[in-house]
Amino acid sequence: MTMLHTVNKSPFERNALDSCMSMANKGSKILLIEDAVVGAVDKNTHAEKIKGAMSDYTFYVLGPDLQARGIDEGNVIDGVNVVDYAGYVDLVAETDNVQSWL
Amino acid sequence: MKFGILVTEGPYQHQASDSALQFCRAALEKGHEVMRVFFYNDGVNNSTRYTTPPQDDRNIVNSWSELAEKHGIDLVVCVAAAQRRGIVDEGEAQRNGKDGNNIAEGFRISGLGQLVEAGIQCDRIVTFGD
Repeated sequence: MTMLHTVNKSPFERNALDSCMSMANKGSKILLIEDAVVGAVDKNTHAEKIKGAMSDYTFYVLGPDLQARGIDEGNVIDGVNVVDYAGYVDLVAETDNVQSWL
Repeated sequence: MKFGILVTEGPYQHQASDSALQFCRAALEKGHEVMRVFFYNDGVNNSTRYTTPPQDDRNIVNSWSELAEKHGIDLVVCVAAAQRRGIVDEGEAQRNGKDGNNIAEGFRISGLGQLVEAGIQCDRIVTFGD
């Protein structure tokens, strides 16, 4: 059973991403949306955490929310997949369950 | 696939209502069904028709009403959360002795059972909140 976890808070503001990664089963998919998209930016202080967890989880980030914050897709950590809302819907449909970390 | 959506944050706060709307639009565009959107806690503030944003801003309440009408989505507002926040339909106004109602087109006030039912009948429940 695969689960999709969505995180919507910046890792600089709340620990939702940490909580998510401490609870999510290996093989889960983690989608960063809303303010959480800043966590997907390479070379920031949280980037290493995501890079280190890439063997356990597949990471995604919502493109329109990156764009809304003026973050270029080129600055996203290598290996984090950028998806649009249609991709978000696909992720929900192809996993067995969704957990929103708020 | 049949989707149920839970919104627990009011409009114009952070991004939950906007994200939920965008998600619904994308799901419908892909041919999925959005059976119900359940508004809970501060999410009930999505349902007052007295919402009047500046003309150059999006009207989130109207967006819900339009989407619901076009795609036959059931917009359900939690009654207990609504009462606390002054969201009233005709029946609730009468029952509680209020002088008017403010529920927007396409929304209805009901109970948490509607969320449970959506959980049973839908393939997925997606939560948007703060």
